[in-house]
Amino acid sequence: MLKIRDLNVHYGGIHALKGINIDVPENKIVTLIGANGAGKSTTLRSTIGLVKSSSGKIIYNDKDITNRKTKDIVSDGLVMVPEGRRVFPNLTVEENLILGAYIRKDKNAVKKDMKWVYELFPRLKERIWQKAGTMSGGEQQMLAVGRALMTKPKLLMMDEPSLGLAPLIVKEIFEIISEIHKEGVTILLIEQNAKAALEVAHYGYVLETGSIVLEGKGMELLNNDEVQKAYLGE
Amino acid sequence: MSFSIMLQHLVNGISLGSLYALLAIGYTMVYGILRLINFAHGDVFMLGTYIAFYAMTSFMLPWWASFLIAIILTCIFGIILEKCAYRPLRNSPRISVMISAIGASFLIENLAIVIFGGRPKAFPIEPIFSKILNIGGVSIVSVSLIIPVITAIALCLLNYIVNHTKVGMAMRAVSKDYEAARLMGIDVNSIIAFTFGTGSALAAIGGIMWGLKYPQLIPLMGLMPGLKCFIAAVVGGIGNIRGAVIGGFILGLGEIMIVALSPALSGYRDAFAFVLLIIILLVKPSGLMGQNTVEKV
Repeated sequence: MLKIRDLNVHYGGIHALKGINIDVPENKIVTLIGANGAGKSTTLRSTIGLVKSSSGKIIYNDKDITNRKTKDIVSDGLVMVPEGRRVFPNLTVEENLILGAYIRKDKNAVKKDMKWVYELFPRLKERIWQKAGTMSGGEQQMLAVGRALMTKPKLLMMDEPSLGLAPLIVKEIFEIISEIHKEGVTILLIEQNAKAALEVAHYGYVLETGSIVLEGKGMELLNNDEVQKAYLGE
Repeated sequence: MSFSIMLQHLVNGISLGSLYALLAIGYTMVYGILRLINFAHGDVFMLGTYIAFYAMTSFMLPWWASFLIAIILTCIFGIILEKCAYRPLRNSPRISVMISAIGASFLIENLAIVIFGGRPKAFPIEPIFSKILNIGGVSIVSVSLIIPVITAIALCLLNYIVNHTKVGMAMRAVSKDYEAARLMGIDVNSIIAFTFGTGSALAAIGGIMWGLKYPQLIPLMGLMPGLKCFIAAVVGGIGNIRGAVIGGFILGLGEIMIVALSPALSGYRDAFAFVLLIIILLVKPSGLMGQNTVEKV
């Protein structure tokens, strides 16, 4: 579904991504793990067109989307939940969700999806009129995911959804990720919480200072000595 | 002072405050979305008045058609201004954009002097705007009543757009987070253009009514109202639309009332705005309705 080929990204003088290759097959959960500054976020950001790549190709559903406008990529169903939630603090929960469906014209389907999101996150439903900025971190993360679902993603990219959340909420978020996947959404997940990510993922990539150093099935990576040493602290 | 004279001053203050409010909204909306003081906004206001003037005098159009055309053309001008003077600098330091804004202001003013001529022009006033109404012993020029009514309608419309439409939601979203807005598939540039268009249309409405109330047109007529309305926006809390309206009314009413209560101070009328600015910056720098994170320019 998504193929990243020999992708290079430069930030000013820094070579942030050094020719990486990633495959995200349809209906799978793929995860990208690695330390801070390894280039995980950069990978997602260049895929969705927020950062320009200097060379390489990004193919989505057999279409070259390299350096295309974010707006066009999003309308094709490639959607991202940004790092740090980034909900609109001055808008209510409902307005945030409506904006998630900004590009959609199918009003009835939008209403149905809104209902679905409220079923997935009953806590959002209780807070329809609340300003998003006044909610807790966990609730904001749920809203960020719900907002992305309103865009009707075929492939959902999530940047550190567990960042800064309490363990109980993290568990909840990962359960939701599995649930979204069951609805037929392909997922590309970035995580520092490598254990939780590899447990839900079908396939994983390990990124280190801009290069992919290891890849394999989720469970294989979880049991890999190097991964355990470097990311699982064992 | 008799009650009826007091009432007359009050009506005058409210109509001046309405004009200030319309102009202040443009500053505050653009600041809210671009973190930029659009120094050319006062000149956009001037342009709106001149377009209405030429539509009526050179093209002999009826007043309502002239006003409509002036509003539409000014709106388009605002969008072009953004595209030429500000969009190319979207990723530049803010000081560059500010310099560009000042440059655009000078350019428009001087072009106006070249094209329209420096000599004052008299804004033609239809009888329906100059009728003297007698309401309970208080005589009021009809335009002083029309201005607040039109302003109220414009504000209701603006409130509806900002709070109840998708494009308004997108405006509020863009004002907080460009990138997240982009991830929703929102075209940030067109939302910014829409903001400039709306602000400029409001400035044109304000400018036309200004012409009806103070019918002397000069190319620099936008300078003082522009400065004052910038102050009104700061007083209300820049970036906050409701604040800009409140700031505009405080300024308009304050100016008129100072002259009304103490005619000796009438020479200091223009100073009132600046004194108010100094006070608000000392006491509550974020403005009456502003949040504490507001940066100073």
